[in-house]
Amino acid sequence: MARFLARRLVTMVLTALCLTLGVFVLTNLQPNLVKLAKTEASARMTDAEVETWLARNGYARPALVRYGEWLGVLPGWTGADPDGRPRGRCIDRAPDPAAAPRFCGVLQGNWGFSTVFKSGVIDAIGRGLGATGWLMLWVMIVMVPSALVLGVLAGMREGSATDRSLSTVAIVTTATPEYVSGVVLIVALASSTAGLSPLLAEWGLISGRTLFLGTATSAMEKITFWNFTLPVTTIALYGMGYIARMTRASMTEVMREQYIRTARLKGVSFRQVVMRHALRNALIAPFTVIMLQFPWLLNGVVIVETLFNYKGFGWTLVQAAGNNDIELLLGCSVVAVVVVLVTQLISDVGYVYLNPRIRVS
Amino acid sequence: MTAWDPSHPLLEIEHLSISFFTRLREIPAVMDFSCSVMAGEAMGLVGESGCGKSTVALAVMRDLGRTGRITGGAVRFKGRDLATMPDEELRRIRGREIAMIYQEPMASLNPAMKIGAQLAEVPMIHEGLAKAEAWARAREIVADVRLPDPDRILGAYPHQLSGGQQQRIVIAMALMSKPALLILDEPTTALDVTVEASIVDLVKALGEKHGTSMLFISHNLGLVLEVCDRICVMYSGEAVETGAIGDVFDRMRHPYTQALFRSIPLPGADKTTRPLVAIPGNFPLPHERPRGCNFGPRCDHFAAGNCDAADVPMFAVAGDDRHETRCLRSTEIDWAAPAKAARQAQRARVGEVVLRMEDLRKYYEVSASRLFGGGETRVVKANETISFEAREGETLAIVGESGCGKSTFAKVLMGLETATSGRILLYNQDIQDTPIEKRTTDTVSSVQMVFQNPFDTLNPSMTVGRQIIRALEIFGEGGTEEERRAKMLRLLDLVKLPREFAERMPRQLSGGQKQRVGIARAFAGGAKIVVADEPVSALDVSVQAAVTDLLMEIQRQNGTTLLFISHDLSIVRYLSDRVMVMYLGHVVELGTTDQVFSPPYHPYTEALLSAVPIPDTHVQKKRILLEGDIPSAMNPPPGCPFQTRCRWKAQVPGGQCEREVPPLVTLAPGHQIKCHLRRELLEGMEPVFTIAAE
Amino acid sequence: MMEPLGWGGILARAAVQFLPVWIALAAVFAVSIRFRRRLGLYGKLFDSGIGMAGFAIVMFWVFTALFAGWIITHDPLAQLSGMRNVAPGTPLASAEGLYPVYLFGGDSLARDVFSRMVVGAQRVLAIAPAATLFAFMMGITLGVPAGYFSGRLDTGLTFLANLVLAFPVILLFYLLVTPEIRATGIPTALAAILFLFPILFLTILWNSRFFTNPRKRSIYIGVTLAVGLWAYSGLAFNADPLGVFAMDPNLLNVFVAVVFVNAPTVFRIVRGLTLDIKTRDYVAAAQTRGEGPWYIMLWEILPNARGPLIVDFCLRIGYTTILLGTLGFFGLGVSPESPDWGSTINDGRRLLTIAPHPAVVPALALMSLVLGLNLLADGLREESLKD
Repeated sequence: MARFLARRLVTMVLTALCLTLGVFVLTNLQPNLVKLAKTEASARMTDAEVETWLARNGYARPALVRYGEWLGVLPGWTGADPDGRPRGRCIDRAPDPAAAPRFCGVLQGNWGFSTVFKSGVIDAIGRGLGATGWLMLWVMIVMVPSALVLGVLAGMREGSATDRSLSTVAIVTTATPEYVSGVVLIVALASSTAGLSPLLAEWGLISGRTLFLGTATSAMEKITFWNFTLPVTTIALYGMGYIARMTRASMTEVMREQYIRTARLKGVSFRQVVMRHALRNALIAPFTVIMLQFPWLLNGVVIVETLFNYKGFGWTLVQAAGNNDIELLLGCSVVAVVVVLVTQLISDVGYVYLNPRIRVS
Repeated sequence: MTAWDPSHPLLEIEHLSISFFTRLREIPAVMDFSCSVMAGEAMGLVGESGCGKSTVALAVMRDLGRTGRITGGAVRFKGRDLATMPDEELRRIRGREIAMIYQEPMASLNPAMKIGAQLAEVPMIHEGLAKAEAWARAREIVADVRLPDPDRILGAYPHQLSGGQQQRIVIAMALMSKPALLILDEPTTALDVTVEASIVDLVKALGEKHGTSMLFISHNLGLVLEVCDRICVMYSGEAVETGAIGDVFDRMRHPYTQALFRSIPLPGADKTTRPLVAIPGNFPLPHERPRGCNFGPRCDHFAAGNCDAADVPMFAVAGDDRHETRCLRSTEIDWAAPAKAARQAQRARVGEVVLRMEDLRKYYEVSASRLFGGGETRVVKANETISFEAREGETLAIVGESGCGKSTFAKVLMGLETATSGRILLYNQDIQDTPIEKRTTDTVSSVQMVFQNPFDTLNPSMTVGRQIIRALEIFGEGGTEEERRAKMLRLLDLVKLPREFAERMPRQLSGGQKQRVGIARAFAGGAKIVVADEPVSALDVSVQAAVTDLLMEIQRQNGTTLLFISHDLSIVRYLSDRVMVMYLGHVVELGTTDQVFSPPYHPYTEALLSAVPIPDTHVQKKRILLEGDIPSAMNPPPGCPFQTRCRWKAQVPGGQCEREVPPLVTLAPGHQIKCHLRRELLEGMEPVFTIAAE
Repeated sequence: MMEPLGWGGILARAAVQFLPVWIALAAVFAVSIRFRRRLGLYGKLFDSGIGMAGFAIVMFWVFTALFAGWIITHDPLAQLSGMRNVAPGTPLASAEGLYPVYLFGGDSLARDVFSRMVVGAQRVLAIAPAATLFAFMMGITLGVPAGYFSGRLDTGLTFLANLVLAFPVILLFYLLVTPEIRATGIPTALAAILFLFPILFLTILWNSRFFTNPRKRSIYIGVTLAVGLWAYSGLAFNADPLGVFAMDPNLLNVFVAVVFVNAPTVFRIVRGLTLDIKTRDYVAAAQTRGEGPWYIMLWEILPNARGPLIVDFCLRIGYTTILLGTLGFFGLGVSPESPDWGSTINDGRRLLTIAPHPAVVPALALMSLVLGLNLLADGLREESLKD
């Protein structure tokens, strides 16, 4: 097990390095840098002026070297202003230029400065992550149990009416991306002119103008049922259908296995067959799926936070990408990649743990 | 349950009919099936695949799935009809009164539950035992099924046990609540012969000990003879003959039973003087059954207007106890007449040596971790110092159980792998280091292979003709499309398939037909040496004879050298000239068929021979049971590979068997044995079977 | 000036506009059901209710895209005064020579929502299947050898595939679909690689099969190379001398990104299937008669993996549709007045609580197409398992 973990960790670090390098190169393309120069200094710079600006700020060096500096494995560049003031990656960031360290990259905890938020990248991302954490938590609480129950109920009697109807529900939800379900939910439940709310208001069942709130901005301060239901449902619906279908497939497969027949013919009741014999085997596959859903959930988070104007991690990412905020985008990528890789690791380890065929051998 | 009188049948099936319902039609699986099992009696249910024998077993358990339904008749257990019993009551009978043992032990154990929990569950459900008591009971029963170290086994997961051990656990599970009736559905089909023998022995002993009745389902007549008191032969959904085992085996009164016996190789059958007789035609599909007698179209005694007039009922056979047959003409047929189709053939001429292997070794390195290499590596010795030669027109059988290295050997010969050391000489040309890509078309086309699984041997998305033509293209046969097409049709003639089959897709063919196409493909380039890897083991017995016959015939015509890989000693004895016995990568015995099948034996050959069930009441067999399972090739024992299971080991002084690999000793010209036993001991061995005088 | 239409009137008029689609659908269904026993897996689709429903929905949108020119009521870019955010069924103020109503209302720029939806279908159905096809070509050309040869090639390719899969898709889009990246020419370079795969695939396919017959081989490969390279020059480099094949750089960028996101998953599926099929005896039979590895991969293994691949192809078109919508939703790689469903939803969502129809109409359209594809895949899977 330790060996397995060590090997997985090595692969993970390697993957993370490759991915961050990819992001670094893609965010530091020449046109991006030119755009950065023009937004930071002056929009009407000539090409030559852009060149000097980039050179003066340490951008005019090979991308691989700058990646090393950003990572913190190479010493930060140093140079001087035209007026002789010492400049450099680490010097610019340190309060006292003389005491500046040689290395100042991500590994040293120096993630850079966000041009959009005018604050440290770590602060910006931290704020976003906190908000997104709550969103994800509620999504998981809603999505996972309902998806598993749905899948198990549908899969335990293949081809029954329950199976048919639950499977159709699952197909419909997987066919509805977040930006569609979000729009439909807002119109149906949070619009003052259409959907349910005008009717409810007319009957005097709700005091406000709409049943739920169409934005989640207020949830940044305080999460309530009314401002958080729609964003959570929107993300959960899409993932739920997918996990439920996986669970159903896995469950039907297990229910067709011979050992289930063995159990049935031992005289075990149907309930016990499902609970004791089928469930554990059937949940191995969905578990990995849930964990591998994370890249997708991140997608959903980005869409939903944009749609509901909830200033979390996804919203931060969109701001960074839309405004050419290179350091922030890099930071967001690192976080996203790490989250994905860690969940993959958990998925692998969990799979091994759940599956005795692999665990004890 | 107290109302049941033990002098009545324990299980009584009367005129049972079962159908499966699909969207398109009703498919009758079993029709008008009757049989009864008395207390303590063992009933064998025999038939080829698709005859409905497993459906009967599942109907007794009333577990026919969503599509299956009992459409008529009754299944009475201790006098009560199971077909109409409420679910709750049925559940109390399942596992407690009737227990079942299945074909695939691995699949029938829950992979995520410990063995102990799966066993203890039975008395906990049925007898309300506390957990500790139930585990104690489980421990007892595990010891009962002769498994070593019960405590370790109870705490293990199924995948940690070997196939034989798993099957013992399945048996233990069935015995947990001391059921009155045990249903065994092909319980040993997935196991090796030596393991099968010990499981069969165990089942018999336990049946006798507890007085359990048994319904034993098998396609293997020999096994049924060993285990059962009575037998019921099924064909196409019907029972065709039933009676005491001796009556049916010696005085069969149904043409199908007789044809079945004539198509299996018994000691005494011989490919040249007494060839097998295949049953003509094919098994009818359930919705295409003929009117009247189902066996009619394939029967030698068919009388038009009589046999196909109406459904045939069962008739009692006069003079025997409860012996019945579903044949209208049972009293008219001369049952003692010899099979008329028994034409004799010329023995093939054995010519020059075409293939010689010298000290061939094949080792694999298996690394513990696959990702980025690294980790420890283990060496699997798949083949150890194999030496033999094969002549033109000869059949050399290679016999052994799983893990003996026979498949690796075939791969090396074919060039799919290269040898670790040693030589392979094909017409005096070294080919051991030449992988198949580097071999000339000539070499490739002269060594070809026939594969085991008929359902896998043909590409499902290409027509039969196309696949044969492709082989012709590759072997450079025929200059134009037309020539190749003509040649392909001639090949179909050769394997006795109608020419229309060229346009068929493989899924439209039966198993035997697919195997014929596989043979045609192998002979496309005029193969000189054909490696047949268990070519008939996946086929039904009645088809086996026809396919073996075909192979023999083509061999005789072309003077082909046949390397026949098999685990089935009956068929090996029937068709091979020489036999090579392998165990864990070693050749332990090599000689002519007569030399190998009579003493002196290698101790492993002796056990192997004794393990083969023979469906003949006249053959007396010495029972030799091997302890334990075949060791893993990853971790072979030191010294002689067979020493862990050998019953003769004590006769060799000084623990030599555990230290040294024995040398190959030549006992007679062409007869070699790899054993430390002294020559006198070997010569003094008794024959495994003796044929009683008729 | 006519009265505003009620919902019944709107639907009736819309149904009339879709007349060519109904006729085509009826024809396809009549022919297919009549000959379904002879049409293999496609024919069996008509035995399953789910499959048939899915097929009907998908074909509805396919025909809508084909006949879009006849179906639309207005120019999808025309802005008519006084029609801003008007409710569905609102008549035009002055309808000289024009269709008299905005069936599904007007958007915030006073354009006809109905016509934009119809033209949007054209956009989606032009890109999604093609992009999926290219992703399959790439996934197959790399996945089959990875599964067949195993070893280092497999380890390397699997690692690369996992790299792409570990990226959240949106991040990847924000990195790959930007005006800046277009300026560097990276998408063209990627396209140059991607578009090479189909040509490569077909060339190997013909060569492995017909190398025993050099004349036939030359004809097949010659035709493939001629047509392939001609299309290649136009699609990848916009340098088709005859001007038949061309691709807008924006579109090329989107196309490449979508293929890039999909290919690794296809790779994984194909690799898994190959690992399974290569243990079959007919593969061993091909090896023992000395077939080359490419013949075995493309003619013995691939055809037998087609069932799961067809099912996944349908699902993946749906997924690609969702991805294209996501791109539109974030305004990536699309021109501002593009009628594609994603960007229309994005435009409409700002006024969602006041005028929901500009966003809801394309949202439902997109959902129904993806749902249709999912149902179709489900039906295919069910029927192919039944065999």
